[in-house]
Amino acid sequence: MTAMPKFKISRRRFLISSAALGGGLALGLRLPPFGPEVVRAADGSPEITVWVAIRPDNTTLIRAVRAEMGQGTITGLAQLIAEELDCDWSKVEIEYPTPGQSVARKRAWGEFSTGGSRGVRQSNEYVRKGGAAARMMLVQAAANEWKVPASECTASASVITHKPSGRYAGSPSRPAAHAGLEQPKDVPLKDPKTWKIAGKPLKRLDTAKKVNGAMIYGMDLKMPGMLNAAIKECPVFGGKVKSFDAARVSGMRGVKKVVQVGDSAVAVIADTWWDAKTALEQLPVVWDEGVNAKVSSADIAEVLKAGLDAEQAFVGNQAGGDVKAVLAGAAKRIEAVYAYPFQNHACMEPMNATARWTPDRCELWGPTQNGEGAFAQVLAASGLTADKVDVHNVMLGGGFGRRGTYPDDYVTQAVLIAKQMPGTPVKMIWSREEDMAHGRFHPVMQCRLVGGLDSSGNLTALHMRLSGQSILAAVRPEVVQAQKGRDPLSFQGVFESGEHSFSYTVPNLLIDHAMRNTHVPPGFWRGVNINQNAVFIECFMDELAEAAGQDALEFRRKLMAKHPRNLGVLNAVAERIGWGKPAPSGVHRGLAHLHCFDSFVAAACEISVKDGNKVKVHRIVAATDPGYAVNPAQIERQVAGSFVYGLSALFFQECTVKDGRIEQTNFHQYNSMRIAQMPKVETILMPTGGTVWGGIGEPTICVAAPAVMNAFYRATGKRVRSVPLKNHGIELV
Amino acid sequence: MRLTINGKSHEVDVDPTTPLLWVIREQVGLTGTKYGCGVAQCGACTVHMNGLPVRSCSIPVSAASGAKITTIEGLASGKVLHKVQKAWIDHDVPQCGYCQSGMIMAVAALLRTNPKPSDADIDAAITNICRCGTFQQVREAIHMAAKAA
Repeated sequence: MTAMPKFKISRRRFLISSAALGGGLALGLRLPPFGPEVVRAADGSPEITVWVAIRPDNTTLIRAVRAEMGQGTITGLAQLIAEELDCDWSKVEIEYPTPGQSVARKRAWGEFSTGGSRGVRQSNEYVRKGGAAARMMLVQAAANEWKVPASECTASASVITHKPSGRYAGSPSRPAAHAGLEQPKDVPLKDPKTWKIAGKPLKRLDTAKKVNGAMIYGMDLKMPGMLNAAIKECPVFGGKVKSFDAARVSGMRGVKKVVQVGDSAVAVIADTWWDAKTALEQLPVVWDEGVNAKVSSADIAEVLKAGLDAEQAFVGNQAGGDVKAVLAGAAKRIEAVYAYPFQNHACMEPMNATARWTPDRCELWGPTQNGEGAFAQVLAASGLTADKVDVHNVMLGGGFGRRGTYPDDYVTQAVLIAKQMPGTPVKMIWSREEDMAHGRFHPVMQCRLVGGLDSSGNLTALHMRLSGQSILAAVRPEVVQAQKGRDPLSFQGVFESGEHSFSYTVPNLLIDHAMRNTHVPPGFWRGVNINQNAVFIECFMDELAEAAGQDALEFRRKLMAKHPRNLGVLNAVAERIGWGKPAPSGVHRGLAHLHCFDSFVAAACEISVKDGNKVKVHRIVAATDPGYAVNPAQIERQVAGSFVYGLSALFFQECTVKDGRIEQTNFHQYNSMRIAQMPKVETILMPTGGTVWGGIGEPTICVAAPAVMNAFYRATGKRVRSVPLKNHGIELV
Repeated sequence: MRLTINGKSHEVDVDPTTPLLWVIREQVGLTGTKYGCGVAQCGACTVHMNGLPVRSCSIPVSAASGAKITTIEGLASGKVLHKVQKAWIDHDVPQCGYCQSGMIMAVAALLRTNPKPSDADIDAAITNICRCGTFQQVREAIHMAAKAA
């Protein structure tokens, strides 16, 4: 983290910052001397601040470096900049500076990484200031030209007006008028209550090209002379290529070259991807499957099970006295073990990247959630210096955390392939089968919860023992090392403090994690560890309430006096769903809530169950308090969409391991919800302001699953404690 | 082999077993039709063959020869968008958008045979996967497009 001195790392921000660490850290070693600053947009229009350039026709070019993968971040950030700039929203266009340009300007655009629901919340202040400073400079330039005080001029919808004289001008009246002006140091921001562009349910900026096939995804890139590559990595994680017989396929249609990629993969390069894939399927490859060749899901489950009883564990949250002693003496002791599986992101667009390498230059085009992380990987794989490489991001066909920066992933592969065809752009595409086999999987986790009730049914002690995989240990080991082995992200939603703090007060509390890593590479999967933690804690709260003979909502409320914003969202969904009032015949309800990514979220659902196993989710009411809402329409879409992702995971999705490899190969074994199964989602957006901006893309995903599981228990009397529900014979209809 | 796509005739030199999807994308150069699964599960590759929706990843190009094929690029009439495309823009349906070409083609085919589909009709006919989860907007936009007819 010392490589990022511009970020002050307070304890409160630790989680965010640590998760934000991209491969960008690797930049430090081989930076070229910084060149002259680029102060113009790609088309030559002058730049006002790094976030804003204005064309002669008065179109405002807003710069964006976060990745757009459907979550609407680019539209939201543009709204914030346009708001402070006071520009004409109908004349806004987006321009995407590259990581190479940013590096050459001493990281002028800051963080590129787009994960952890940070896109808007972590950059809102500096992009707003970038917009506000640009407005101040344009106003100053106009005032100078008119020889009037800037304080007498105002800006609105790209027009600057000097009220006393009635003079007005589109900004800027002379494009270079602001040229000699320094960027103001004191840049006040607007009160969100006065927003006219931000905070409004505006349409996305990128829809038109998504309805006529014109939007270009990484998969769609075309370049003169481009070849295509299909790749296969050893299906057993950690295995290597022993040998392959290129001669057997080199005469096949379109085949140009068969290459080894790193020590674990082979690729066929051909005229078309279909030719490459066809030849790859015929290519004889002998793998050295290594030490993991016999590992199965059952083996992994045994290791995790042992962790539930392990002496040593990392503490994530602790309060009161000796929890185990209090539990031993409790009037009533309740215990349950839950489990959550490996899951693949299954982005609609399989992994891919296009690279061109020469001894003097290496460029990569492709979908990434972290341009700088990809830049660092291209740098490392190309063997070139930072002034000779660059990364061009394109629209992502889904991300969900899969397109973050992981070691030895698709970006590195694309460069290693291109290096073996110098001067030729090569587009590498993973088949869906390759994508299923080589995900960066949602970590596997088990959890034992033990609760103690006194004779009046009050919760006096709670022990939540997690046992399972750490993402950071695999992906950002330096963060885990700095925490003396602990992975703070394992405790998302139940942590001692910060953006993922626990939203109950329990007199005697212990939440700890026995870290049990596996050979299956883990990744950040939309919501990350809140998915399982919400299931564990919120289903168990229902179990405790039942043991105490109390209503599930009332039982929770008693523990939430010090968590008013969680109580706020929980009360909101309870009221809207009609909690405490009779449900329609055959309909059963459940609820859940959590604090995560600095947002407060809750859900209440109504389901019915036919034949004991066919679940229809009729309705989910979801409340979210993210502090501030930049685009309510897009937030509604994120909430409803997150439930599709989350409920697909709950009902259908598990990646099982056999002989060291993932068994599922495609959607027929790894199902995803269809429109027929979609519940009606009612979103309650209740931002309550404050100094902290919460995330949107991920938080709500986690509350749907426990709400549905709790409702399923009410409907059937059957308590299900492991995901996915298909393993219990339960269907979603 | 000769293919008719969006009213234009194309001569392609491919193995006849090549899936129609990859001929459309790599030989004809129309990339709006997407690869998602290759096994007719997700519907991202949906095109119209003689007016009917088909999953082009699982049809050999030899079976498409002589047929009238329409892709997302050919759905609009010149610059006039199809009513489904219009409804998609009005309802701000796409998120990442990758599956939406296939979704729109499936919906356009549905509305041709069933101009006023009920929710149950939609549930039965639209089986495309969308991982972003746009279904709530998809349903609203289908009803809107049906009204526009």
